[in-house]
Amino acid sequence: MEHGGHRDGFAAKLGMWLFLFTEILLFGGLFLLYAVYLRRYPAEFAMGGRQLDWMLGTANSVILLTSSLCAAMGVTALQRDESRRAVGLLCATILCAAGFLAIKYFEWSAKIGHGVYPGSERLKSGPAGESIFFSLYYMTTGIHGLHVIIGAGLLAWISVRVGFGKIPADNLILLENGTLYWHLVDLVWIFIFPLYYLVL
Amino acid sequence: MDKAATAQNSFWNDTGRSGLTAWIFSTDHKRIGLLYLYSTTGFFLAGVILGLILRIELMAPGRTIMDPRTYNALFTLHGVTMIFLFILPGFPGAFGNLVMPIQIGASDVAFPRLNLLSWWLYMAGALIALSSLFTGGGPPDTGWTFYVPFSTRTGTNVTLAVFGVFVIGFSAILTGMNFITTIHRLRAKGMTWGRLPLFTWSLYATAWVQILATPILAITLLLVMAERLLGTGLFDPGRGGDPLMYQHLFWIYSHPAVYIMILPAMGAISDIIPVFSRKPVFGYKMIAFSSVAIAAAGSLVWGHHMFTSGMSDRAVLVFSLLTFIVAIPSAIKVFNWVSTLYKGSISLEAPMLFALSFILLFSIGGLAGLILGAAATDVHVHDTQFVVGHFHYVMFGGTGFAFFAAMHYWLPKFFGRRYREKPAIIAWGLMFTGFNILYFSMKILGMRGMPRRYYDYLPEFADLNLAATVGSWILALGVAMMFVNLVSGLLRGEPFTGNPWGGATLEWSVATPPPTENFAEEPVVTHGPYDFTAAGRR
Amino acid sequence: MDGQRHTIIGYGTLTAVWVALLLLTALTVGITRLELGGYRVLGALVVASLKGGLVIAFFMQMKSEGGLLRLFLLIAVVTLAIFIGFTFFDVLYR
Repeated sequence: MEHGGHRDGFAAKLGMWLFLFTEILLFGGLFLLYAVYLRRYPAEFAMGGRQLDWMLGTANSVILLTSSLCAAMGVTALQRDESRRAVGLLCATILCAAGFLAIKYFEWSAKIGHGVYPGSERLKSGPAGESIFFSLYYMTTGIHGLHVIIGAGLLAWISVRVGFGKIPADNLILLENGTLYWHLVDLVWIFIFPLYYLVL
Repeated sequence: MDKAATAQNSFWNDTGRSGLTAWIFSTDHKRIGLLYLYSTTGFFLAGVILGLILRIELMAPGRTIMDPRTYNALFTLHGVTMIFLFILPGFPGAFGNLVMPIQIGASDVAFPRLNLLSWWLYMAGALIALSSLFTGGGPPDTGWTFYVPFSTRTGTNVTLAVFGVFVIGFSAILTGMNFITTIHRLRAKGMTWGRLPLFTWSLYATAWVQILATPILAITLLLVMAERLLGTGLFDPGRGGDPLMYQHLFWIYSHPAVYIMILPAMGAISDIIPVFSRKPVFGYKMIAFSSVAIAAAGSLVWGHHMFTSGMSDRAVLVFSLLTFIVAIPSAIKVFNWVSTLYKGSISLEAPMLFALSFILLFSIGGLAGLILGAAATDVHVHDTQFVVGHFHYVMFGGTGFAFFAAMHYWLPKFFGRRYREKPAIIAWGLMFTGFNILYFSMKILGMRGMPRRYYDYLPEFADLNLAATVGSWILALGVAMMFVNLVSGLLRGEPFTGNPWGGATLEWSVATPPPTENFAEEPVVTHGPYDFTAAGRR
Repeated sequence: MDGQRHTIIGYGTLTAVWVALLLLTALTVGITRLELGGYRVLGALVVASLKGGLVIAFFMQMKSEGGLLRLFLLIAVVTLAIFIGFTFFDVLYR
């Protein structure tokens, strides 16, 4: 079905970017709410931010940035026909994703253990702005975490294709698009991190 | 169906599979277009029946045939069906898929499998939304807008309905992605942007709105679900939330969404009017530009749905002002269509009749939109039957009539058979008459103060409500007649070959019905889309 | 077909970008420890935008793409800015 009978790599990339725009706007809705409620409850947001562990947040930032580096290097490796190295780098990316999710898991469960979760008695009896802060925190990091899981799954599937693939050109397009998605996950976190963990 | 296909290599014949699977697993844009056509028009007819039932209830004051709860559920279902299952996916899904790739000289869209996936997502979303009627707390009763706080507190099954709409939104995003990429990458040699048919131009603008606005709907609906399932309290004033933020988010999507609904309709009209006037379209560049301008300006005006919501006065002022800007590109289009008609050799066949009534009905509806867009007058008619009349004029009189025009114009090309002209014209006459009786009555009722969505009304509104209900019967009779005529004609009617209307866009240059690959060899475009002398009648 | 990969970004460049990103991360943490009042959020957002720009330009290879994708990205970002900004016509003056 491809135009002129050969694969149109740019079309695939254009389509992927368009899809990434929808992701940016999806998170954009949450950032919109964040902006509005930050203006209304600055003190409560600072109070909420202080309850989050900025060390863990920073650790996760470093992990995601490193994962993005590995993903980007994976593309370079495949472009240089070093497909074994590409697979290795992708595995490193996925490992980072797992580390990110593990830290996220401990963060969430500690918070939930302290009775801080949407609709909890503690938040209901506390100041309204704090409840809003944590509801937004859970929604944003929850949806982001879902994207991490999807992205890691996608990269795992792509690394299998690259490892056993016969058509290097097709795999390169696939890998480029998969890593684009992964970088978006990183990009969103770059904004989540200061807004939630560092607004003291 | 296969009987309709005459040509040997027509897309009706060519397939490795048989029966239903040859359709629901086909990646051919024409088959997917027909899948969309069947499913969206099916939901349209269901929506018409719901509308008829609602009108019967409103025929006389007090209880007529149902209790208030049923009425609430039915108008919600009518709205959700018409908006999310018919009018949003209808034009891009059905005619966008059928016509656009051929118009630009491509053999298919850029991502055929994604295209199929988006139909599947649409059907899955529709089924999920409909299953909300029979599960949980029963049919949602919030209206299609799902306004908080009612939508987060009602016991009815809003969660599932909202999830269904979320899935449909995903389908729209995939279609938008596909169309933008297709129009950028798969245009045939010589098909410059300045030669792009105006229907394709409008789909391009629409696709951008689909991409940039739909995600906001997705997150809004997710937040409503979270509000119901987890108790996030983000829209709950009791817990620090702001219900107006729901309205902002909802209209940030839903106002641009009305341009998803109307833009392709305008595009179809821009293609049909020159063909039946035998005259190149007047102001091609301005029509193409105004599609993009409407898409852009339409993203700035969502606040005009919220004038009486308690939003700040300054916001009312700003959004009211910006709303008037949208009127400019809309008016550019209307003036250009009328100028195209001027001194043209007009032939009043069915597609043209629908197209001409589109101009009239859309203009009436659009001008009523200015009354609603001006804050001072909006306060008086907000949430009245005037609003209902207004959006039925633009959505049904606009997009609906354009959809019918497109069905009469393009479907014979794809079926290789045609409807009978006389019943088509009679059906059009019935619809046009019934339509105006029905919705003009609503506008007057709203001016006189009858609120929308109310189950009961004061006795002084009885006469016009009765008139509206009678109008709805005439309209429905016309709709039924049109569909019977179309279906029987397309399946068993006179053969339709070549290019009887003398269209100059590429879809008229291929065999009837089009072959699977659309073009025997890659076309080279040498003339504009409305250059009738170069195209010639065949 | 145009738009195919013409440039390969070397490992060295990528690593340098990564180091810059880590430094900027440290900078954000630093900035938000200072007593800057309302400017703290602004500062954090400026640094985040810088980091985002680096990721887009190098990791996502926008640097070697043509004008089309850049224009599209601009459209998407401006649209989001309008959505957020125009909401404040209400929120700021209610």
